[in-house]
Amino acid sequence: MTFFSTIGGYILMIKGMFTKPENLKMYWKELMHQSVEIGMGSLGIVAVISVFMGAVSAVQTSYQLTSPILPKETIAYIVRDTVILEFAPTLVCIVLAGVIGSKIAGELGNMRVSEQIDALEIMGINTKSYLVLPKILAALITIPLLVILAMVLGIYGGRLAGSLGGILSTDIYDRGLIQNFVSKNVWFGLSKAYTFAFIISSVSSFYGYHVKGGALEIGRASTTAVITSCILILFADYILAFFLL
Amino acid sequence: MIEIKNVSKGFGEKEILTNVSAVMETGKTNLIIGTSGSGKTVLQKCMVGLFEVDKGEIIFDGKSLTNMQEEERKELRQQIGMLFQGSALFDSMTVQRNVKFPLDMFTNWSHAKKMERVNDVLDRVNLKDTNNKFPAEISGGMKKRVGIARAIVLKPKYLFCDEPNSGLDPQTSMVIDKLIHEITKENNITTVINTHDMNSVMEIGENILYLYEGKKEWEGTKKDIIFSKHEKLNEFIFASEFLRDAKDMRMLEAKGIIDNDRNMEQILRDGGASLVVDEGDKGNPDK
Repeated sequence: MTFFSTIGGYILMIKGMFTKPENLKMYWKELMHQSVEIGMGSLGIVAVISVFMGAVSAVQTSYQLTSPILPKETIAYIVRDTVILEFAPTLVCIVLAGVIGSKIAGELGNMRVSEQIDALEIMGINTKSYLVLPKILAALITIPLLVILAMVLGIYGGRLAGSLGGILSTDIYDRGLIQNFVSKNVWFGLSKAYTFAFIISSVSSFYGYHVKGGALEIGRASTTAVITSCILILFADYILAFFLL
Repeated sequence: MIEIKNVSKGFGEKEILTNVSAVMETGKTNLIIGTSGSGKTVLQKCMVGLFEVDKGEIIFDGKSLTNMQEEERKELRQQIGMLFQGSALFDSMTVQRNVKFPLDMFTNWSHAKKMERVNDVLDRVNLKDTNNKFPAEISGGMKKRVGIARAIVLKPKYLFCDEPNSGLDPQTSMVIDKLIHEITKENNITTVINTHDMNSVMEIGENILYLYEGKKEWEGTKKDIIFSKHEKLNEFIFASEFLRDAKDMRMLEAKGIIDNDRNMEQILRDGGASLVVDEGDKGNPDK
């Protein structure tokens, strides 16, 4: 597909999702199913990377802050803001682009190749609405929640690494956490989470939905979906930081 | 009844169907036959609206699919059942949920009523004790039967089957053919089957459309095929020596030269020497 036909196809897919549902109850069921798949399915990996990302952030910050003038609380302060502003939304979403993106593209690609999408179309079901919309909505619901969890666990990981490594005590870390706290940062982090959630789910759905061929093409579509999502996440990250901060 | 009027369809520069016209009759098993790449699947996908035709019209009982709005198409599609080549069962759902899916989506029936209908159609396709199995746990023939059950659960007016026998052994193929034929008669539906299986053609072909390189080359019944002198059709249908012999035997049988009372075993043993055939018939079975 050329660049413009890809963009055109993507816009048409998004536009095609918004039609009257054939049966609201079935759509709701699908939304719940996808929320569990996307949210619960990624919980483990998000928890693990968040704790380590906070821990590494604390250790490296302390390594760089060698000046005796700077209080130890600064480490917690830096860990908090780095995790909230960048690590939790961006790093977690890049990992989720791999986990969720390949899963969505693979699932839809397999449905396309095995004619399951055609079977739904023949029944009179709008497959863009029934298959793609619940995935995007589920991602918009669960990914920001995962990012909030990542923020909490990341900060906790820093606290754990600080105390276990003898870098700073938990009391000092807790004091540092409440210093110069700007609530706007949390909202900024969440704005990024919503934007990235939409990118991951819609881009992966697009590549999966339009697979042509067989197993090899499904693999290719998954890879393209993940790469495209990651690039778009980084691009959107810059744009949001430029305009919102 | 489904009318195909001067349908043409191409992809890019390549024309797949050229000016195809045919009528698919109600209450009959209508077969579209042809070699791989002759345009059978494209024609069927045009008929169900998965592909838009470039030229021509598809008319379902007087209503043109080509000119329908999306909402009208949705309504029509609820009257269409389709069995796909690979069955196209939803792999995340059990057999029961696969068959129940159209009922869940399009009816407000109670759970009990839905289950009654699901069990009825599963019984009809001779599937028992498979309700809780997943598609990966059942055989190819069973998958086809689940596909048929799902296609007929909403009592469609039109049934489309794309290569229903592909990947099946001859015995299971016969069972599937018979099942489709019986369902067509019982419910008086318009059934359209894509196939290149010669057993299907000779068993259930009531109205046969032969496509060659995207063009309609021949149309008729299974009886017409025996007497047809259409070269391409004969090459396609009676591709092997065995099938050509079988055709000759059928012709002799049809002409009353041989019948059930004669000793068929003897005829087969002596290569037909014991047959008393007048000179005009020898070597010219079409006469």
